[in-house]
Amino acid sequence: MNETTGGVDTQEESSGAVKKFMFVNRRAPYGTVYALEALEVVLISAAFDQDVSMVFLDDGVYELVKGQHTKAIGVKNFSPAYRALEGYDIEKLYVDAESLAMRGLTVDNLLVPVEVLSAAQMAELMDQQDVVISF
Amino acid sequence: MKLGILVNEGPYTHQASDTAFQFATAALEKGHQIHRVFFYHDGVNNATRLTEPPQDDRHIVNRWSKLAEQHGIDLVVCVAAALRRGIKDEILAKGFRISGLGQLVETGIQADRLVVFGD
Repeated sequence: MNETTGGVDTQEESSGAVKKFMFVNRRAPYGTVYALEALEVVLISAAFDQDVSMVFLDDGVYELVKGQHTKAIGVKNFSPAYRALEGYDIEKLYVDAESLAMRGLTVDNLLVPVEVLSAAQMAELMDQQDVVISF
Repeated sequence: MKLGILVNEGPYTHQASDTAFQFATAALEKGHQIHRVFFYHDGVNNATRLTEPPQDDRHIVNRWSKLAEQHGIDLVVCVAAALRRGIKDEILAKGFRISGLGQLVETGIQADRLVVFGD
């Protein structure tokens, strides 16, 4: 199995089609495994030369908060991986304005540069996607 | 239409696998194709042949196996998620195979619609 492309030979499978993939992150980073496993899919998707974006809304905005310390709960702090996304050419990160505000957060609290969108803008962006995978 | 299906939750605890199965069955009846069913997160627990529900309950795992056999559907379990949860080749039910997340991305590319079942 090809480790970097998750079991797919991208050379063989390459049909030249580029789709808009959006990964929607709605959960807090710890407490459930969704955020971590979402990140794993996103990193794999980078190998397929697709138009990938990530959205953070509801408790998903906590995934990007700076200064995560997980030692006390015995779980790996995977937040540095969000900083590595740029290296995979995944640079379209969108955050829901209301989700941030409701949690007393601003973009200054976040690990990476993001674009903050209103719910209406977010809906419009989702409407433009070919594939939306929500975790 | 060529459909891809993503199942993100385990059997019995959550409705996702049931609804995905019912959706797949209905779609096939309508003449649609299922490109692949991908099992992720706790969804990988749908793939173990060790599953033994009470006799008066539905057998979620065998139901997927049977559907796959009847319609030639590719049932793929994410390797990383599976290994985390003790799902290995030696306990896979019929029709399931373990592969990488690339299979999910590929389904997103190949299918006309990818339908996600989970919370």
